[in-house]
Amino acid sequence: MEPLLAITIGILFAAAIYMMLRRSIVKLVIGLMLLSNAANLLIFVTAGLVRGAPPLVPEGLTAPEGAVADPLPQALVLTAIVISFGVLSFAVVLVRRAWEIVRADDLDKMKDTDT
Amino acid sequence: MQLAVLGGFLVAGLAPLLHRWFGQRTPLVMALLPASMALWLLGLWPIIAAGDVLLLEWAWVPGLDITLTFLIDGLAWLFAMLITVIGAFVLVYTGDYLRGHQDLPRFLVVITAFMMSMLGLVLADNLVTLFVFWELTSITSYLLIGFDHTDLAARKAALQGLFVTVGGGLALLAGFIMLAMAGGSWSLAELSTRDDMLREHALYTPLLICVLIGAFTKSAQFPFHFWLPNAMAAPTPVSAYLHSATMVKAGIYLLARLNPALGGTDTWMITLSLVGVLTMATGAFLAIQHTNVKKLLAYSTVMALGTLTMLLGIGTEQALIAFVVFLLAHSLYKGALFMVAGILDHGTGTKDVTAMGGLRGVMPLTAAVAVVAALSLAGLPPLLGFLGKELMFKSVLEAGNFRALILLLAFTAAFLTLAVAAIVALRPFFGTLRETPEAPHEAPPGMLVGPAVLATLSLLFGLAPGLLDGLVSATVSGIGAGEVSTHLALWYGFNLPLLLSLISLLLGVLVFRRWDRVRGRLAVLQPIMTRGPEAGYDALMRGLVVVAEWQTRLLQNGHIRNYLIVTLLVLLGLVGHALFFRHTLELDFAPALYFHEAVVAGLMIAGAVAACVMRSRLAAVASLGIIGFSIALTFVLFSAPDLAITQLLVDTLTVILLVLVLFRLPRFATLSTPMERLRDLAVASLTGGLITLMMLSVSGERLPRISDYMVANSQPLGQGHNIVNVILVDFRALDTLGEMFVLALAAIGVHAMLRFHAVAYDARRHAPLPERDDG
Repeated sequence: MEPLLAITIGILFAAAIYMMLRRSIVKLVIGLMLLSNAANLLIFVTAGLVRGAPPLVPEGLTAPEGAVADPLPQALVLTAIVISFGVLSFAVVLVRRAWEIVRADDLDKMKDTDT
Repeated sequence: MQLAVLGGFLVAGLAPLLHRWFGQRTPLVMALLPASMALWLLGLWPIIAAGDVLLLEWAWVPGLDITLTFLIDGLAWLFAMLITVIGAFVLVYTGDYLRGHQDLPRFLVVITAFMMSMLGLVLADNLVTLFVFWELTSITSYLLIGFDHTDLAARKAALQGLFVTVGGGLALLAGFIMLAMAGGSWSLAELSTRDDMLREHALYTPLLICVLIGAFTKSAQFPFHFWLPNAMAAPTPVSAYLHSATMVKAGIYLLARLNPALGGTDTWMITLSLVGVLTMATGAFLAIQHTNVKKLLAYSTVMALGTLTMLLGIGTEQALIAFVVFLLAHSLYKGALFMVAGILDHGTGTKDVTAMGGLRGVMPLTAAVAVVAALSLAGLPPLLGFLGKELMFKSVLEAGNFRALILLLAFTAAFLTLAVAAIVALRPFFGTLRETPEAPHEAPPGMLVGPAVLATLSLLFGLAPGLLDGLVSATVSGIGAGEVSTHLALWYGFNLPLLLSLISLLLGVLVFRRWDRVRGRLAVLQPIMTRGPEAGYDALMRGLVVVAEWQTRLLQNGHIRNYLIVTLLVLLGLVGHALFFRHTLELDFAPALYFHEAVVAGLMIAGAVAACVMRSRLAAVASLGIIGFSIALTFVLFSAPDLAITQLLVDTLTVILLVLVLFRLPRFATLSTPMERLRDLAVASLTGGLITLMMLSVSGERLPRISDYMVANSQPLGQGHNIVNVILVDFRALDTLGEMFVLALAAIGVHAMLRFHAVAYDARRHAPLPERDDG
């Protein structure tokens, strides 16, 4: 599965960068979303994929039996998912405000400070 | 001694306070500092005369092998003596020269700091310490040259001096680092004993080039000579100090100091002797074209610095003896002459020698001092300068390489210098008395004592050169000629050097007699002169501004996608290089894969492509939703239930938010040309491909897991069965706290923008928009 996911993540990154290079500010935000998803997945996959062994300690034991998936990258990715949501909601509202004031979706029309 | 030097900086800082207590007498009080140091050095004389080397150890940064150890041998002693003695006289002189000047305290601060830096430079044993003091002299001399900061020319000259010397300082730093690498030590004393190792080292040539650039810029060697005459914009005490014994001699000092370690090779000898002799001829040739007394002296300083470099380049024992004698002679007469120039400027209000004449009657003492010092400059018996010049001619006749060329240029420089000496000493004082801007008057005693003592020393050492035997022997053996015992004499009998001196005397007098006509002829060369190295410096400065402007416009262009492309291309270059050339690419294709997993991955790919190509905003958002849910499925499949839950929740919220907000924004329009899209596609695909390759190559090697501790201790220490949760709220609780702050800040920002926008907007435009739903 790792090779397939590596290719998938590559495509996600490519799509994210392509969208971030667009002049439309909405597409930039979509690119940002794709980028954070791709990065989260990257961290998760690079840490190693394990099927059917979640990092849980069974009831009554002090440690899981046998190998489990690495919990640390999961904790990091969890934090990252939530933070990227915070950043995204801020960005989306910012874009809306910018549109209301500048009345332009084109980043090239937002180059000057006087609007 | 280290304490004295460091304390000297403190005294420099206290100058304004002292000025409040002592008023106009402050310079005299401050002159006690270098004077007492000179006395202390004098107390060391028996040790130095015995040929011993004094090492005053002082650890500074032991871990980096940086010490504040002072090394006092003959060379250091001679320089330190010149710095302190002339320094004391310069301070006394300043007391009268800048009497009542409002910026006197500032001047005293800087010149004392400069004095201490210079002292540290010549005494330091460690390369790093020497470099620190070296740069300090550059900075303080910048402040001194630009002392009259309301004068544009002074500011420009100060900046020029700073750029040239600090630029050379950069090269010097590189040279020092290579020197320490090649020699395996930062200590000058140790490096001197490792000369064979250094000369055969692969770094010898590059390090020599760097060190020489540093020394040549500091000591105003051709083609860097132009900053020195411009630095004459400084007040005269500064010129007298910086250009006789200190600043410009720092480069010479360094060359002499490194002569035992680096000298003796063909590269060293040819470079130094040719650069030196070219500087000599250039300095002397440019000198006679000027009528400003300070410029005349400045160019003759350039000539003297060239002579010293050339003598080090010739490098025989005879040449090193000549080097020491010439160095001492030059410091004495040049210090005196600059101070005389200051007296003339001060007393008559002009610096132009053609505007002065017949001042002998008005200022007899000054005239006497000027004549004695100028005789030494001209190299006439019985002054020390004569001895220096004789020894110089003798050494030139011994030169190993390019002897004829060196002799010709040195001879030319000698008779032109003689003319300069005559102009400086005879023009203002003899002939008929001329009208000057101010009524001329004799200088106050404070301004006379310095030049008088220096001129007397020139005469004394000239009449009894035996006094210098010990000093010259100690210094020469310190700079690499082994044990030497010298016997100087004024009269060596009739020989070739004496003949050369006589001919140069005749030619020099001839040039002096026809000086006005010579200057007129040479004015024809003006167009060529303006294309000298200084024009190169100016062009470089202009070019720097143009390039800075161009690259700022190029890089800071205000287009976010250009920044992104540049960043990504750099990333591609660096990571790609590391991946393909520094690291063997081992691709790990082991497709242990179930059908449903492939379907999930396929959904993600389809979603990513769809998000890019959809023309409808709603469809793009829906594609994002597909990707998000597929990622959640991946988390489920690969043992991350917590991530799956979070991803599902967040993704649902995201889609709702996007639909609500983006719905109010305009439809997508085609804003870019096909070419731009192609370019972006290329950059994006390359980056994506690189990330895929990187993942495939790292998945082969596993680092040891740092989370084993957390797995083992989650239940015993954290009392939790879900290890991810325990990590979040226990092991890495501070991270989670930080995350909460980020979310809270984002929420406040979102709220503020949604809540207050309408009011702010309406207040600014005075034209309310139709009411909108905040969503």
